[in-house]
Amino acid sequence: MDFVKLTISEVQQLLRNKEVSVVEITQAAFNRIDKVEPKVQALITRMESQAMEKARAADALLHLGGEVPPLAGIPGVLKDNMCIRGVKATCGSKILSNFVPPYDATVTEKLYAQSAVIVGKANMDEFAMGSSTENSGFFPTRNPWDLEKVPGGSSGGSIAAVAALESFWSLGSDTGGSIRLPASYCGVVGLKPTYGRVSRYGLVAYASSLDQIGPVTRNVRDCAIVLGAISGYDPKDSTSIKAPVPDYTAALSKDIQGLKIGLPKEYFVAGMDPEVEKAVENAISQFKAMGAEVVEVSMPHTEFALAAYYIIATAEASSNLARYDGVGFGHRGEGNDIISMYKRSRSEGFGPEVQRRIMLGTYALSAGYYDAYYLKALKVRALIKRDFDRVFEKVDVLVTPTAPTTAFKLGENTDAPLAMYMMDVCTIPANLAGVPGLSIPCGFSGGMPIGLQIFGKHLNEETVLRVGFAFEQANDFHRRFAPLQGE
Amino acid sequence: MDYEIVIGLEVHVELKTHSKIFCGCSTEFGMEPNRNVCPVCLGLPGVLPVINEKVIEFAVRTGLALNCEIASFSKFDRKNYYYPDLPKNFQTSQYDLPICGKGYLDIELEGGTKRIGITRVHMEEDAGKLIHSGTISNSEYALVDYNRTGVPLIEIVSEPDIRTPEEAKAYLEKLKSILSYLDVSDCKMEEGSLRCDANISLRLKGEEKLGTRAEIKNLNSFKAVQKGLEHEAYRQEEVLSEGGRIVQETRSWDETRGITLSLRSKEFAHDYRYFPEPDLVPIVTTPEWIASIEASLPELPDARKQRMIKEYGLSSYDAGVITASRPMADYFDEVVSLGVEAKTAANWLMSEVSKLLNASSTEIKDCPVKPAALAEMLTLIAKGTISGKMAKTIFETMWESGKTAAEIVEEQGLVQMSDESELIAIVDGVLAANPQSVADYKAGKDRAIGFLVGQIMKQTKGRANPEVVNRLLKQQIEKI
Repeated sequence: MDFVKLTISEVQQLLRNKEVSVVEITQAAFNRIDKVEPKVQALITRMESQAMEKARAADALLHLGGEVPPLAGIPGVLKDNMCIRGVKATCGSKILSNFVPPYDATVTEKLYAQSAVIVGKANMDEFAMGSSTENSGFFPTRNPWDLEKVPGGSSGGSIAAVAALESFWSLGSDTGGSIRLPASYCGVVGLKPTYGRVSRYGLVAYASSLDQIGPVTRNVRDCAIVLGAISGYDPKDSTSIKAPVPDYTAALSKDIQGLKIGLPKEYFVAGMDPEVEKAVENAISQFKAMGAEVVEVSMPHTEFALAAYYIIATAEASSNLARYDGVGFGHRGEGNDIISMYKRSRSEGFGPEVQRRIMLGTYALSAGYYDAYYLKALKVRALIKRDFDRVFEKVDVLVTPTAPTTAFKLGENTDAPLAMYMMDVCTIPANLAGVPGLSIPCGFSGGMPIGLQIFGKHLNEETVLRVGFAFEQANDFHRRFAPLQGE
Repeated sequence: MDYEIVIGLEVHVELKTHSKIFCGCSTEFGMEPNRNVCPVCLGLPGVLPVINEKVIEFAVRTGLALNCEIASFSKFDRKNYYYPDLPKNFQTSQYDLPICGKGYLDIELEGGTKRIGITRVHMEEDAGKLIHSGTISNSEYALVDYNRTGVPLIEIVSEPDIRTPEEAKAYLEKLKSILSYLDVSDCKMEEGSLRCDANISLRLKGEEKLGTRAEIKNLNSFKAVQKGLEHEAYRQEEVLSEGGRIVQETRSWDETRGITLSLRSKEFAHDYRYFPEPDLVPIVTTPEWIASIEASLPELPDARKQRMIKEYGLSSYDAGVITASRPMADYFDEVVSLGVEAKTAANWLMSEVSKLLNASSTEIKDCPVKPAALAEMLTLIAKGTISGKMAKTIFETMWESGKTAAEIVEEQGLVQMSDESELIAIVDGVLAANPQSVADYKAGKDRAIGFLVGQIMKQTKGRANPEVVNRLLKQQIEKI
């Protein structure tokens, strides 16, 4: 049996029926990793010994019988900006190439407490800054659907690992679309939960007020399972929300009769790939056929979201990344004095995109520019939030394309940072507003997956998942597997 | 030309919470380097701060004691600058919305009371400590001790209402007194738990506009605050009266040379790029909570001083000295509650007790003679069992041996001689032996009596009751 093609729910069933052991499942994942990793390059670190140890422990737990957590014994991958005690966390950066955190992120604690198995740490754009995973300080990850193309970013490794069947689930982080954009490019399901739904403790910060950890899976039910496993208030993260965690799988139903879906016209912009537009329109017709009420809405401040994002995110990053100075941890460059040591450490350790964003953010916060840039960006952010609040008085969810195009070729946008930034134009508003956003596969263009994005109200992941689930039940895009060449 | 000095103080106070401001690490002073640390205060990648609620409570207690407005909405900000003792290369502090706004503090001056405005009180984290292998400029390397990183601080900023270095010292002493009454800090300048930076400028008398100021750092004691400001005022006056201009800069007080030295000028001043700390949520206080903190405040020095004047009839000066420190005032209250007359208790505290405390650098809370023991001894004086003079020697013995006054009196046979028949013989003997003194006294030289008393005390090893001796001397001289 080709275990790696199974969904989380299917593996659960096999494990409970003792038809397969966690060790076998984990071994199958590593066999698959061995096979496809040379082409896809989704992982920075393989955790073979740790994973097999956890697998044996999960087998022991399953052997006892009784209720086990839904993720018990299911192999997954974490993006390399989440800490696992004793395992390198590079953040895709040379400056942290040897950094081994002495502590577990809250998501790690939760996953291990539920006997999940973590098989590796995924490649990413350095410090989660990028939309293609080409900004990794180590190597680019390839799109399993076309190895000449990017998987999207910044969580490209996490997404590619799931799309290439290297793991059943993964965690990514999404600051401006870093889960949803690659999910769209690689034809998998990716969710950015409500800001504060999942603890950020142990997630290496890029932009603290926007960063959010979320699940990557091959279908919506699996997404609901992983979300349930990692959500909840965390006293270690003051920005996490004190709200009970519902059983997200219980919310999944095909019935979206009477649900109000808004189509924000500002997201259907010129320059969008016609195939993408067609796929989204097809999805909308299906929702109508299912009895949903679809209305066009306006979110007038959308066009300023990208600009506001690149001020706020870079400003926070300039401060968050100040700690990589060669003093306490990470790469240290040689210097005659403290200043030259700082300069060498940071110049050698950070790649060009990270350096660009640190400079942008430093500038935006500088005396004399703060009001014109940072403060104005905060005001725009407030207006974008208000756009969402207003529109959610009228509709239950919003539906948009996840990205204006499908995946592009490696190197295509490397010298055009602005073109690269434009890839996030549809995803960024959800980060600024803090609302949940889901990307699910909704079609193909020239053999490359297209993503459909669903925004929901604050803390209303259930409705977002329900809409995604309803669409998925009526289609089979999520059951197609990437045709890895030469596999 | 007649200049007026304008001074404002920025005082950093380490709060004596058990744990640090954003993590659970201990704040204990004097630990082995890098023992009180964790991923959070080391600023490791991925960590997040969580505010220690006690810090907010201590800051609000301080604000209320300083008559400040307490903010209903306050937030933390990041102050960005690179320094190796600051692991995140930003300090989490408060910028435009501090926890406490305008308030004031009254200081006692010779001419009366003066009110000094408080601009704000805000919370922030302390940095670590650098240990250089040599001097700061020639060290081959420096080591970092992060034990202090994340220890909670409040910064108390005064209005530029202070006019003399003496006022600055009085302000600081009063502030320390209030903070120790509140029990929010150890206030030890030598351990750095109370640190003072001073802004000082000069302007022509009558001028409204403030002059260009210098900020003085490294003022590590009350004396340094006064001396440093005195010198800086003198320096600025020299510059101005020679037609020069004051440069806005940071200067450091050099204790040994007794001068201030330029540290960095404004052109090199940091742009701290403050922005709201995204990892912490704003602090919202309710009037009920503030009222509950206010209700729990102890009696503060001013109120206690007034009570001592009113209840015990102490002079304003004595009451001020006694109430300057809470442990001293508590000690006093306990002695008085055991039946000792208040003035006597105050005198002893301010003289003999303080003298031995200072000589041995002991704090009153560690005083080997406990209030009950002192009260017992003072009662022996009142009863006439011992003289005040004997008491001083007995007190020293109590201090050293830990014995009670009664035990010492018993052991050394120090009971005061008040029996007239016994004393008359000695008085007559001394008079017979010193006819010249008797003659002097009779000739109107009152001082001669002192010599005679001394002779009697010598013979009785100080045990003679001085009152009785005086009376008997005069009586017996009359008879000669």
